Amino acid sequence: MQKTSAEISGMGHSMKRKEDSRFIQGKGNYVDDVNLPGMVYGHMVRSPYAHARLKSINTDAAKKVPGVLAIITGEDLAKANLAWMPTLSNDKQMVLATGKVLFQAQEVAFVVAEDRYAAADAAELVEVEYEELPVLVDPHKAMDADAPLLREDRTEKNNHIFHWEVGDKAATDKAFKEAAVVSKVNALSPRCHPAPLETCGCVADFNKATEKLTVWLTSQAPHVHRTVFALVGGIPEQNIRIISPDIGGGFGNKVPVYPGYVCAVVASLTLGLPVKWIETRSENLQSTGFARDYHMTAEIAADKEGKVKALRVKTLADHGAFNAAAQPTKFPAGLFSICTGSYEFPQSFCEVDGVYTNKAPGGIAYRCSFRVTEAAYLIERAMDVLADDLKMDPVELRKKNFVPAAKFPYKSPLGWTYDSGDYHAAMKLALDTIGYDALLKEQAEKRKKGELMGIGISSFTEIVGAGPAHTFDILGIKMFDSAEIRIHPTGKAICRMGTKSQGQGHETTYAQIVAQELGIPAKDVQVEEGDTDTAPYGLGTYASRSTPTSGAATAMAARKIKEKARKIAAFLLEVSEQDLEWEPGKFFVKGAPSKAKTIQEIAFAAYTNIPPGLEAGLEAVDYYDPPNLTFPFGTYIAVVDIDKGTGEIKVRRFVAVDDCGNIINPMIVEGQIHGGLTEGFAIAFMQEIGYDESGNVQGGTFMDYLIPTAVETPHWETGKTTTPSPHHPFGAKGIGESPNVGSPAAFVNAVVDALSHLGVKHIDMPITPWKVWNILKEKGITG
Amino acid sequence: MAKKELIKLKINGKEREAAAEPRLLLVHFIREALGLTGTHVGCDTSNCGACTVIMNGKTVKSCTVFAVQADGAEVMTVEGLLQNGALHPLQEGFKEEHGLQCGFCTPGMLMSTYALLQKNPQPSEEQIRWGISGNLCRCTGYQNIVKAVQFASKKMAQGGK
Repeated sequence: MQKTSAEISGMGHSMKRKEDSRFIQGKGNYVDDVNLPGMVYGHMVRSPYAHARLKSINTDAAKKVPGVLAIITGEDLAKANLAWMPTLSNDKQMVLATGKVLFQAQEVAFVVAEDRYAAADAAELVEVEYEELPVLVDPHKAMDADAPLLREDRTEKNNHIFHWEVGDKAATDKAFKEAAVVSKVNALSPRCHPAPLETCGCVADFNKATEKLTVWLTSQAPHVHRTVFALVGGIPEQNIRIISPDIGGGFGNKVPVYPGYVCAVVASLTLGLPVKWIETRSENLQSTGFARDYHMTAEIAADKEGKVKALRVKTLADHGAFNAAAQPTKFPAGLFSICTGSYEFPQSFCEVDGVYTNKAPGGIAYRCSFRVTEAAYLIERAMDVLADDLKMDPVELRKKNFVPAAKFPYKSPLGWTYDSGDYHAAMKLALDTIGYDALLKEQAEKRKKGELMGIGISSFTEIVGAGPAHTFDILGIKMFDSAEIRIHPTGKAICRMGTKSQGQGHETTYAQIVAQELGIPAKDVQVEEGDTDTAPYGLGTYASRSTPTSGAATAMAARKIKEKARKIAAFLLEVSEQDLEWEPGKFFVKGAPSKAKTIQEIAFAAYTNIPPGLEAGLEAVDYYDPPNLTFPFGTYIAVVDIDKGTGEIKVRRFVAVDDCGNIINPMIVEGQIHGGLTEGFAIAFMQEIGYDESGNVQGGTFMDYLIPTAVETPHWETGKTTTPSPHHPFGAKGIGESPNVGSPAAFVNAVVDALSHLGVKHIDMPITPWKVWNILKEKGITG
Repeated sequence: MAKKELIKLKINGKEREAAAEPRLLLVHFIREALGLTGTHVGCDTSNCGACTVIMNGKTVKSCTVFAVQADGAEVMTVEGLLQNGALHPLQEGFKEEHGLQCGFCTPGMLMSTYALLQKNPQPSEEQIRWGISGNLCRCTGYQNIVKAVQFASKKMAQGGK
């Protein structure tokens, strides 16, 4: 790919972000910054119990609070057939409870008042009478005969949601029977939460005169949300406008539709006033989309030399009270079947069972392309356990089993076709960067002195960028995505996409794609997303899909524009189209480079000097359906030191080598890697949304659910290899999620490695100092 | 609802006044009564620091201060950083060094680092990291925020503000 000038700033330039100017001046426009005349505020009444019969709701005292305008209960919603709503996973979820509550912090009533303090006061005074029911917290007990039945609304009278399996069971079982070595690990990917710094919220504004409903919404998928509102609420779709303004981080948390949104809309429809509802942080952590909660077992069959023969995976998925996973509808376990990872397994079989418990609903993809983080963690952990069983270096074991570069496109035993990869190259760069051999020597010397040091490797493969449409849909809507480009007469442009940035820098990177394709300087290209009245339909931003889908659509739309521009240039230069050549920003006549028309001159002619037979204007739309997913990969290496006295773990170094194909903006890619690694660090060492035996949430505030500060966060070292995607229009793959997907295993592998000589095979996340200290105590290392 | 009190303060160099209930949080007063929405709310336990402002020369988490406590105070928010239409070196640093992504923590980060550089114009990396330890960021991993502060520190030493 030809690199453009810095003036044009196409792909490969670390252009400074166009969106930053407003954010550094406090002029962002997040949903809580939207203030409309006459706006009123909603506040949710929530259940203190995890499982209880709802006996009665008394709103008399609450209604007397000055400023209270309405109190909505589940019974009120039931009259409009809105007490339940569909989830994105073939299940339904209560908007406001009727009959009973199924998790602590479940939505029970919605209070609307003239100001947010009055709404909170009144919510305190709503009297709800509950009758406690037996609570189911442990997913392993969900299918026991004596387990309480949670979902009385279903025809199936049990707590089982789905069974899903893929692969050749008989051939896999046979490989295990014949194997010289079988290794096994039980690994939990604990329940955690994306916790973007901005919580979820909305402002719903129904105009009774025009019958138009406008909703400012923290939405990663505004078009899908519009369609859901139309289908569920019965409002004609042209009368719904979703505006997703600046979003303060999403990480998957802002893909589902939440009860608060529905209540705000119902309140606005009822009152004819704009209604604002903004979650508190505690509400965010306790009730909206959690992630993971996968209880996994992996077994690897191998020969004595460490060549793998088969992988067998069995997983129990805890979805909480409702299966509110936000994922492609036909994939109940998302893309978990990427669990064979970077390795050439001849056979594999994978099965997942989903169950209900009395916990918050969800199973969303936290910075992850639908259960890919769980899969990558499992296989990278399992490979280390196998290496330990065989007394092999985990690097050697991985190298021996990598899918070789010559074998791409590679068809995995669980059905995916990996587009491209060079795993040995990424591994080599990571090892060279960190100085692996020297570290091994240092570790051996430290062990002699009784010091604890560990090295952890993770050589992950991701799967991102859903579609293609023939395989992936959400509620039947195919997972394509879109871009529309309009070139103004003066050669500047506006583009709109079906995706929605939440910090990824789309206003800059999409402009750079246009700059690369058309030679219009990126600074002259305005990018707008998130307004369903103006942007073309799209499925939104999650699963690292923006660059693989809308980014591709942007290139394809630009290429359509370029074809028309060629016709106009030929007319202006009085030559045939075949006589023209392109260089960034202009067409020129072959052999006569001074006879040229710039893209700006061509744009002006498109409105002022239109060639006969051509339509006026210079614009194009593209709906891009990717032919395959993309498969980013990398090798991460963590080095840790453990304090024997306290169990405290210090990440001394961390090297991340990523391969995301061709890069649009290296600065932004590196920034995303830093952020994702920090989230992976938190997941490995400090985060869990736990529950006690009564179903009380234990990680419900930022005092209990920890976010790393700048002090704990390690210094990140990054590197890259470049293996373009062969099917993507400009060879890109997607990067946002790789560091979150790949890093937890590197951290855990490092800690286990530091303790492996003591017989430690596995430790579940989060690996807190307390957990490590207990192990050290048990092994007699500390007093 | 309790009787409202008239609160007068100097914010970003301008005298402003508005009435507020005694329990009204300073962050809501700034955002809603004064219409300065650059200061954000990210949690309900004083952990995240998105609401950080400078009150009488010291950083405070404005979700943990009542508006009435700011009566008569001098307050600075992110909107006060711009000087004569020019970006403050810290604002430049955040943009140049890619110190922000979603931008939600940025106003609080800018306030904490502004106060840090007032007190310690040439902080070490460790001092910067401690200086922003009351401000959580979910996007950047902090590394580029450290660089942004170093950029500003250098620029200010060369004759900036």
